Amino acid sequence: MIQLKEVSKIYTIGDECVYALDHASMQIKEGEFVSIIGPSGSGKSTMMNIIGCLDTADEGEYILDGISIEQYSETELARIRNKKIGFIFQNFNLLPKLTAEENVELPLIYQRIKTSERRKRVREALEKVELSHRMHHCPTELSGGQQQRVAIARALVTAPSLFLADEPTGNLDSKTGVEIMKLFHELHEMGNTIVLITHDNGVADEAERKIRIHDGKVKEVTV
Amino acid sequence: MIVQTWKMSWAAVCANKLRTFLTMLGIIIGVSALIVLVSIADGATTSVSDQISAMGSNYLTVQISDDKENPLRLEELSQLFEDDAIEAAAPFGNTSVTAKSGYTSESMRITGTTGSYFDIMDLELSYGRTIKQTDVENNSCVLIISSDTAIEFFGRADAVGESLSLNGRPFLVVGVLSEDNSSLTSGQSLMQSSSDDSETTTVTLEGYIPYSAFIRISDSALDITRFYASSSDEESMDEAENAMEQIMLGRFGQDEDAFSIQNQSEIMEAMISVNDTMSLMLGGIAAISLLVGGIGIMNIMLVSVTERTREIGIRKAIGASRGSIMMQFLMEALLVSMMGCLIGIAASFGILKIAGKVMGDSMNFQMDMQVMWISVGFSLLIGLIFGLYPANKAARKKPIDALRFSG
Repeated sequence: MIQLKEVSKIYTIGDECVYALDHASMQIKEGEFVSIIGPSGSGKSTMMNIIGCLDTADEGEYILDGISIEQYSETELARIRNKKIGFIFQNFNLLPKLTAEENVELPLIYQRIKTSERRKRVREALEKVELSHRMHHCPTELSGGQQQRVAIARALVTAPSLFLADEPTGNLDSKTGVEIMKLFHELHEMGNTIVLITHDNGVADEAERKIRIHDGKVKEVTV
Repeated sequence: MIVQTWKMSWAAVCANKLRTFLTMLGIIIGVSALIVLVSIADGATTSVSDQISAMGSNYLTVQISDDKENPLRLEELSQLFEDDAIEAAAPFGNTSVTAKSGYTSESMRITGTTGSYFDIMDLELSYGRTIKQTDVENNSCVLIISSDTAIEFFGRADAVGESLSLNGRPFLVVGVLSEDNSSLTSGQSLMQSSSDDSETTTVTLEGYIPYSAFIRISDSALDITRFYASSSDEESMDEAENAMEQIMLGRFGQDEDAFSIQNQSEIMEAMISVNDTMSLMLGGIAAISLLVGGIGIMNIMLVSVTERTREIGIRKAIGASRGSIMMQFLMEALLVSMMGCLIGIAASFGILKIAGKVMGDSMNFQMDMQVMWISVGFSLLIGLIFGLYPANKAARKKPIDALRFSG
C-alpha cells in the first residue's frame, strides 16, 4: 500500500547539501502496524511528512495505493490527506478555539459532507475514543490524554486508509501513553494501517514491525 | 461549504472583537463620508435645479449690449423672428414707479412688454386678459398686476376694471396674475429670488404694461436692450438658439460682442454639471478614506495570517485545500468590510436625518440609493482586493512549514 523507492529529501543550508532522507526505500502493507524509529535528526519526521503527503520527495518515488504521488496536484494532495490519511501529532494540533466536536468535524467539512451525517459520524468517532461526554469542551479544558484522544477521533472520523502518528505519546505521561497505545492497538485490530513514528524503543516495540532510520537511511527492518 | 466557511470566518471575526471593530472603523467612516457628502451635494443640486426650472427652461434671454447706433425697435421684433424654431419673442423693460390708488401709494416694479411675454414665461391669469397687440400699437394705458399687488391696493384679487396711477398716469387694470406666479417667474435673477424669501413681510408689487406705454413712463428705455424668446418646444432649444444667433448676427453686422444669448436650459445644465463635479469630487475624497480603510483591513489580515500560521498548517494537514483556506480568509476580509459598510450606511442615515433637522426645509437630505449601492459595491471591492493578497498568502503556505511554525 505504501512504497518508498529510493526517496531522498535534500535541504540546502548555505552551500552544503544535507540529505534528510538518503535514498530510503521501504514498504508497508495494508493492515500493518509499523513503527518508524530513529533518534532525533535521523529523518523520520521528513519521512512521515512525505508519507503523509505534507511534503514531496526531491528524488525517488512514493507510491500510495498504487499511484505515484508526483502525479497529483496540490489540491489533489489535499484531498488525499483529507480522505486517506489520519494524522496524529505529538502536540495534538487541535484548533484551540474550536470545541472537541468541532475539531473532529473539521475534516468532514472539507469533505463537504452534510450536517446531519457529519454530526452522526463525529459522535461515533468521539464514542470510540470515549470522549462523547466532553465533546463541547475546548482543547484547553481537556487533559493531554483527552486532547490526544480528540486528535485520534479527528483522524478516524474520515475512516482513512492510513493512520500516521508522530510521537503520539511524546507529550503524555506514561500512564496516559499506555492508554493511547491501547487505542492504537484497537484501531489496528479493526483492520487499520498504522504508521507510528517514535524515538522511543518501548513504544516502537508495540508495533508488528519496526523500521529503523539513521542519518536518513533505512537501516534495518525487524519483524 | 459556503455556509461552513462563513461560520469559520465569523468565528474568527468574533474572536477579536476590538480589533475587528477598529478595522471596521476605517470602512465605517469611509462609507458614511461617501454617502453623506454625496447626498448633501445631491440635495444641493436638486434644490438649485428646482429653482432654475421654476424659472422656466424653454426660453432664451437675449441681451443687447452694443446697439451700433442702430437700436432694436419694438416694431422690428415681430418681423425679425419669422424663423420656425422661434415661437415668440417679447421685449423686456424694467423700472420702478410710484403707484397710487386712492390714498395708497407704493413703489412698484413695472415691466414693459408684449402679450407674448406671458406665454414665454408661463404666467397665468386668474382674472381678465393679458396685453393685446392693439394695446401695444395704441399705447394703451392698461396694466396687469400680480395678485399680491391687487390685494395691496384694492383689498381683493379681482381688481379688473380698477384704475391705478403710475407716476401720475392713470392705468386701467385689465388682468390679475394667479397667485402661484411668484416673483421668481418674472425673469429676475436667481440671487434676488433667494434673498427675498416668501416669508418676509414686504410684498413685491409687480405690474406689466404694454412696451409702448412703458417707453413713455420710463425715460431711459427707448429701445429694446433685452428680450425673451421661446422655442416651439424644449427639444428645439438648441435649434432656436442657433436661429436666434444667426438673426442677431445679421442684425448687428456680424458682431458677436454686440449681444449675448442665454439659454435657460444651458444655465441649468451648467449648474447641474458643476454640482455633479462637486459630488464627484466629494465622493472621490470619501473614496480615498474608504481606500485607507481597505488598507487597514489588509494590514490586519496580514497580521492575522501570520498569527494563525499554525492553524493554517493544521487545516491543511487534515485536508483543507488551497481554495478553502483562501475562501476562509477572503470571507473574513469581506465580512469585516461588509459589516463596516452596513454600519456606515446606518450611521450616514442617522447623520442625514440630523442634518435635515438642523437645516430645516431649505435643503433636501435624501439618502441617495444609487450612492448607497455604489458604496456597498465599493466596500465589497475593497474587501476583495485587500483581502485577496493576505488570503493568497495564507493559502500558499506549505503545510509542513505552517505546522512547524511555533507562534
